[in-house]
Amino acid sequence: MHLILFLAFGAVCVGGAVNLLAQRHPINSALSLIAVMAALAGEYLLLGAEFVAAVQVIVYAGAIMVLFIFVIMLLNAGEEEQTNGSRVAILLGVPGMLTGSVLVAWVVLRHSGTEAVPIGALPGPPKEIAQLLFHDFLLPFEVTSVLILIAIMGAVVLASKPERAEGKAD
Amino acid sequence: MSVGVFILVSVIKSVIVLVVLLTAVAYTVWLERKVVGHMQNRWGPTRVGPFGLLQPAADGIKFLFKEDLTPPHVYKPLFLAAPMMALIFALTSISVIPFGNSITIGGVDIPLQITDVNIGLLLILGVTSMGVYGVALAGWSSNNKYSLLGGLRASAQMISYEIALGLSLVGVLIQSGSFSLREIVDAQGGHFWGFIPRWNIFHGQFLGFFIYLMAAYAETNRIPFDLPEAETELVAGYHTEYSSMKFAMFFMAEYANMITVACVATLLFFGGWHGPLFGPPLLQALLPVFWFGARIFCFLFLYIWVRGTLPRFRYDQLMAFGWKFLLPLAIANLVATAIAVAW
Repeated sequence: MHLILFLAFGAVCVGGAVNLLAQRHPINSALSLIAVMAALAGEYLLLGAEFVAAVQVIVYAGAIMVLFIFVIMLLNAGEEEQTNGSRVAILLGVPGMLTGSVLVAWVVLRHSGTEAVPIGALPGPPKEIAQLLFHDFLLPFEVTSVLILIAIMGAVVLASKPERAEGKAD
Repeated sequence: MSVGVFILVSVIKSVIVLVVLLTAVAYTVWLERKVVGHMQNRWGPTRVGPFGLLQPAADGIKFLFKEDLTPPHVYKPLFLAAPMMALIFALTSISVIPFGNSITIGGVDIPLQITDVNIGLLLILGVTSMGVYGVALAGWSSNNKYSLLGGLRASAQMISYEIALGLSLVGVLIQSGSFSLREIVDAQGGHFWGFIPRWNIFHGQFLGFFIYLMAAYAETNRIPFDLPEAETELVAGYHTEYSSMKFAMFFMAEYANMITVACVATLLFFGGWHGPLFGPPLLQALLPVFWFGARIFCFLFLYIWVRGTLPRFRYDQLMAFGWKFLLPLAIANLVATAIAVAW
């Protein structure tokens, strides 16, 4: 049962990701990305990480992607023009990607053994995650939040109108 | 419980909950028309059945038989999918809501809830946050500037108020120490000094409830925050181009969301199904469900009352209220609760 669900969610994930690239309309691509996020949440649930799954849906599928869609709607972005792609991308990209994935799979299989992680072996319930975040890894967690704050401030500075230029225009 | 019994019980529970929910949706519309009518010195529906009670059935038949018009130049796949998305997400969130203790039939212990997940509240938040796609995509795919404005307003409004909504619930979560709706309700049993019920609203979460209520009105696009469908400016907002049953699906979704909001408020702040129990065993088993339903009714009435009372906000007022008033208030409430619990 777990295997079937894993494969089903995985298929949705990969299918959504391919569709994301293949679609020409930005809103269809954004919707495919939402499908990928939701399927990933399903995979997290299968691993017993229910909190991460819920946060994945709330934050990524429910908030960040709404902003993406909002921007696409606001700009009223139309269909992209189909390019035939550069020949280099096809000649080098496809074999490169295949070699890369085979290499990664080989390394992972070789160095971790083929044993799967049993469900529930990693922290999943909210209490354990809170223990990790606010006790064991408190400093990295707080530093990350300061980093995000700096990024937000940077965005505000970039987005705000430069006052001097405005004065000149007047 | 064997797998067969489990599946049978789950299917029966799902069917009952769905039928009750959809009936409640239909009669909330009737209640709204009736109550708002009386508030405005009108009668509301009176012609179909006694007190107009069969009006929802007549409305349903009318919606089904009206011409299902698809305007030209709409983006068809999303135009068709949007009302479905709105309704599906609205109905899904009811599946984790508990509406009473468990009852025992033929030796099988049946919890009165479709499924009890230990992140129930997070699941409701996640599913309702997905609900905005129905509205936003309906506005976009209609290829109509009024619809588009409605969709844009809906997505901006929902993102803004979701933060205050989520933060207002964290206070309750800190107090009860669980995401499971059943455990949150169980923690609210009993009384203070023998007569004040131990509900979270009397347990230091009055401010939290106030914030939740405001944010929830905005999340469900109800007056005074129904900017996405402001008919004075946007014709009908995001559902301008919809007709027939597709139009009705948006309304079913809106009223189902209202009921979900009322359920969450009842469970988190008003002690869920706790209430006086008396009488024979059968009555004792059914009274919690009755108390739960009575509180939902009060919340729905409050919704309609507010609709009959308040005018609509302007859009900049809506955003200023959400970001500059509700959000700081929610953070202050969270910090105060955390200090009080840690004390």
